[in-house]
Amino acid sequence: MFKRKHLLGIEGLTRDEIDHILDTAQSMVEVSKRSVKKVPALRGKTVVNLFFEPSTRTRISFELAAKRLSADLINFSGSSSSLVKGESFRDTVLNLEAMHPDIFVVRHSQAGSAYYLTTFSKSSVVNAGDGAHEHPTQALLDALTIRQHKGELDNLKITIVGDILHSRVARSNIFLLSQYKTKIVLSGPPPLIPPEFSDMGVEIEYDLDKAVEGSDVVMMLRIQRERQTGSYFPSLREYRKFYQLTKKRLARADKDAIVMHPGPINRGIELMKDIADSDKSVILNQVSNGIAVRMAVLYLISGGSHEFNN
Amino acid sequence: MKVKARVMEQRKIASTLKRLAMEVIERNRELENVAIVGIRTRGVIIGERILKLIEKLEGAKLDFGILDITLYRDDLSTIGPNPIVKGTEIDFDVTGRDIILVDDVLFSGRTVRAALDSIVDFGRPKTIQLLVLIDRGHRELPIQADYIGKTLPTSKREIVEVRLKEIDGSDEVLIVEEEGF
Repeated sequence: MFKRKHLLGIEGLTRDEIDHILDTAQSMVEVSKRSVKKVPALRGKTVVNLFFEPSTRTRISFELAAKRLSADLINFSGSSSSLVKGESFRDTVLNLEAMHPDIFVVRHSQAGSAYYLTTFSKSSVVNAGDGAHEHPTQALLDALTIRQHKGELDNLKITIVGDILHSRVARSNIFLLSQYKTKIVLSGPPPLIPPEFSDMGVEIEYDLDKAVEGSDVVMMLRIQRERQTGSYFPSLREYRKFYQLTKKRLARADKDAIVMHPGPINRGIELMKDIADSDKSVILNQVSNGIAVRMAVLYLISGGSHEFNN
Repeated sequence: MKVKARVMEQRKIASTLKRLAMEVIERNRELENVAIVGIRTRGVIIGERILKLIEKLEGAKLDFGILDITLYRDDLSTIGPNPIVKGTEIDFDVTGRDIILVDDVLFSGRTVRAALDSIVDFGRPKTIQLLVLIDRGHRELPIQADYIGKTLPTSKREIVEVRLKEIDGSDEVLIVEEEGF
């Protein structure tokens, strides 16, 4: 049972809590397929999207999720607001809080900013990505997508490829999948794979051909050019040569393997151009599931009494 | 929990459902326009039984749907532990249809209110009729059933428990009371 007031990360969630969110999300899928795509569950609640970092998919996904539950939603974006005039993060939030919102959905480039928000705000907080720390709803929507295609999250081989170091998506996914009896393999240029993950029972295989061998799920990550200050690999050309998912490489995976990507895709870099459009790609299913997962999260943190405060 | 009375057993439930199925047939001349929608959890099972009875009696195969009213409840902030949403499954167009809404017990009427809101989100039925196995009174909203298996006068402290073979192992209706009152 998920009885928390906030969703700050996957780390610390139990398997039961994750299953409860995923089961709820699966029931939410149907709402988006109706002709009237709205249920009154969160009528009268106010959700504030606090985005201090650019985002299209996640912000719109949270927006639609809130609206399909009949909540009112305010979009606040860091680049076109009082922040530009020098107001601090805390003051910005306190001012918004004085308008009595119920839930803050926050994205910020600093790790821990969602947690920091809970230290001075009375509202529920959902982390929509904090620096390179966590992006819990992305991991949940990935898990929902895997479950829909593979029936379960146990007994699989899941290969995560690319820039693990800077990826909050990878981190949240590793925390989530390690709650299940499933094999996780990380692959990518050595400087981008923190070796500490092997302590969590995760395998590291720098050779992508070996890493995808027999995989049920191949999860490709985006090369985050905006976060890379140092040089972690010599050139994009070399990255492509060793770490691009090509048809030939994908043929080594299980014959029913699925290819995932959190988006936005750099077509022709992580993925060979036509892989994203192939029948193995579930990238657009991930996007649809994102709404269901975010509906489930907004719904669950609004309900009942909270056993834990975070 | 203390069992105060066993008001219906298997045979009684079976004959009551048969009568209700016949009433549905009698009231709805255009039987092919009828669709049955069960409210989770026990309304679904009773609805399925009514569906089979109508099929047996009239040879008509009716559409069937499942309604989860959790997202339409008016008490989200007070219910705890957290609600479990199991999902709605209505795969046919409800517009213009005669919908028989099925639940096990009619009490405050709030579940039915939520179910009505939910159904009209799927379209505009010609009629919505309500079928319940037990009507125990104590309505908080102006809602009445069209088909009633048994009217059961109860006190508000009592709990009417409908048990069904498919999930509870046996068919019976019990009146129980929480101890300590």
